[in-house]
Amino acid sequence: MSTTIRIQTEPFDLAAEVAALSAGAGAVATFTGQVRGEDGIDALILEHYPGMTEREIARHIEEARRRWSLGGVTVIHRVGELKPGEAIVLVAVAAAHRGEAFRACEFLMDHLKSSATFWKQERRAGALTWVEARHSDGLAAARWKKLDQPR
Amino acid sequence: MKILYFAWLRQKIGKSEEQLALPAGITSVGGLAVYLAGLGPGYAEAFADVARLCAAVNQSHAGFDAPIAEDDEIAFFPPVTGG
Repeated sequence: MSTTIRIQTEPFDLAAEVAALSAGAGAVATFTGQVRGEDGIDALILEHYPGMTEREIARHIEEARRRWSLGGVTVIHRVGELKPGEAIVLVAVAAAHRGEAFRACEFLMDHLKSSATFWKQERRAGALTWVEARHSDGLAAARWKKLDQPR
Repeated sequence: MKILYFAWLRQKIGKSEEQLALPAGITSVGGLAVYLAGLGPGYAEAFADVARLCAAVNQSHAGFDAPIAEDDEIAFFPPVTGG
């Protein structure tokens, strides 16, 4: 089954990505993360570790495929400068049934947050500050070690 | 070895990567961090609080006790904040 991983500056087309995944699948679950327009944020500026980022995401997709029977999987993450309201990340998972698609989508997103090598700065009134990692993101990934054992 | 720095580490050190011969007596990621901290004020600031840092060896997450070798690619960075 096809796996697509893309790190890109340009926007993605959700409908086109779903269409590319959905042939023959009973279910496609998608998660789209967007830049929040809170606290006077003008933009997010993202960088990543080319090579390692793709390897990390591929590792988590392989783990998801061991846990659930999946069809195509697409993960797209944008880097560079993003404005509030813009889509930043897409995880799309095709499967025969919704349970597998939903669970694998959340699993991939939790692990992407906690281990994929991206770093964000926030720009407010021209001033840049690095975003601190949230402890809760690590916990969200760790709970999969207890929940949902491979079957 | 090739050493990479990301996010605020890169800013404090003033470069994104460098080639370095494996210093004598250095065998682990943590040992390398201590060595790098002694290379100058920017390095000292970047490595002042190693509890805030993460590392990778050859593009896989690694602990500070991970062994390192001459031809490795080592990266230092703050906790990740993607998604």
